[in-house]
Amino acid sequence: MKHASEYRDPAIARKLVAEITALVAAYPGVMTLMEVCGTHTMAIHQHGIRALMPAQIRLISGPGCPVCVTPIDYVDHAIALSRRPQTIIATFGDMMRVPGSSSNLLREKARGADVRIVYSPLDAVALAEKNPQVTIVFLGIGFETTAPTIAGSILEAQRRGLKNYFVLGAHKTMPTPMQVLAADPELQVSGFLAPAHVSAIIGADAYETLVANCHIPCVVTGFEPLDVLLGIRMLAEQIIAGEAKVEIEYSRLVRREGNRKAQQLLAQVFVPNDARWRGIGIIPNSGLDFRPEYGDFDAAVQLPVTVEESIEPVGCRCGDILKGKIAPQDCPLFARRCTPQDPVGACMVSSEGTCAAAYKYGDHD
Amino acid sequence: MCLAVPMRVVTIDGEVAICEIDGVRREANLMMIDDVAINDYVLIHAGFAIEKLDESEAEETLRLMREVLAQGILPE
Repeated sequence: MKHASEYRDPAIARKLVAEITALVAAYPGVMTLMEVCGTHTMAIHQHGIRALMPAQIRLISGPGCPVCVTPIDYVDHAIALSRRPQTIIATFGDMMRVPGSSSNLLREKARGADVRIVYSPLDAVALAEKNPQVTIVFLGIGFETTAPTIAGSILEAQRRGLKNYFVLGAHKTMPTPMQVLAADPELQVSGFLAPAHVSAIIGADAYETLVANCHIPCVVTGFEPLDVLLGIRMLAEQIIAGEAKVEIEYSRLVRREGNRKAQQLLAQVFVPNDARWRGIGIIPNSGLDFRPEYGDFDAAVQLPVTVEESIEPVGCRCGDILKGKIAPQDCPLFARRCTPQDPVGACMVSSEGTCAAAYKYGDHD
Repeated sequence: MCLAVPMRVVTIDGEVAICEIDGVRREANLMMIDDVAINDYVLIHAGFAIEKLDESEAEETLRLMREVLAQGILPE
């Protein structure tokens, strides 16, 4: 695959690892490098990058999986909507098995609810056009990579004059939670591998405030193994030099200013809000709400339902996992009561969850 | 979830392109990018082209990586 397979050369990877090892050999402490993107989590596990790192470099995962950071009451809300008559829930596949307080969407589907996995929110718009008598609710989750596609679907539904397309929104936005984590004394994050495709939209400049406020290096890094290794090397170089700046490893895609058109799309449909992150709590300016002009598409407002009282699963430590405070192996449920086949917490459900990645790639007994 | 695939633009019809990678073809909406041309590589996410790939930057990164291989630092 062009623009992907070239960045997987094992010979170069070995050399990069050797370079990184030599670079940090004299470093007196441990550098904690955090990634905040589920695709990075997967790449690091899939390619065994953690095991290749010298003792001076510790790689941890932050709240980068949008499914995992979605609060349980959102899932309960989606379940309640799926029980409405004449309603189709359209969703990305990751949401199907996320446990709500007493059910999940897959179970609701087995009970007769119409829940459909779609590849694009535009598929949900097409469903709405084809089924004018049915209410279509798209589950709008995801970071800035995905949110513009949902904004685009809303504009498309408006253009087609559809009155039966709605979005239950729980979008999250990136730089602010990184600031919260950077300021957490327990974590001691030394640098961020900043997300690849989120940054394609928001631009590398979006991290300048974080870098200035927290004096923490940020390197926008691609998802292929050589990208990740190069990103780690760039972070290590900054840390050793005592610098803190925003750099772009993933320059074939990410620009300083980002994708202005996608940013405009976001600003047209959404407005920043204070969002609740599972395991972290409310973070100011870290989510997206509908602009009043697009309130007609807001499922939470337009389709009132009674949502059960939310109960977090007992013993689940997804919250601490999402903050990077513990590794999956430190959770008493991991690989015992909580497995991908029968997940307890969201981090084990989504294929990009830290626990699912650790389970799949064998970081367990 | 932010996974996206680099695909080559095969045809463009208004706001919709057909893109291809490894023999797989898909429709992609172009509302988020400007000045896209046939044979450009674009990054596809959830049915939308979210950004164009910059060929010269891609070459530069690859050159950097190959340079690592050429000189490199030998491990102990």
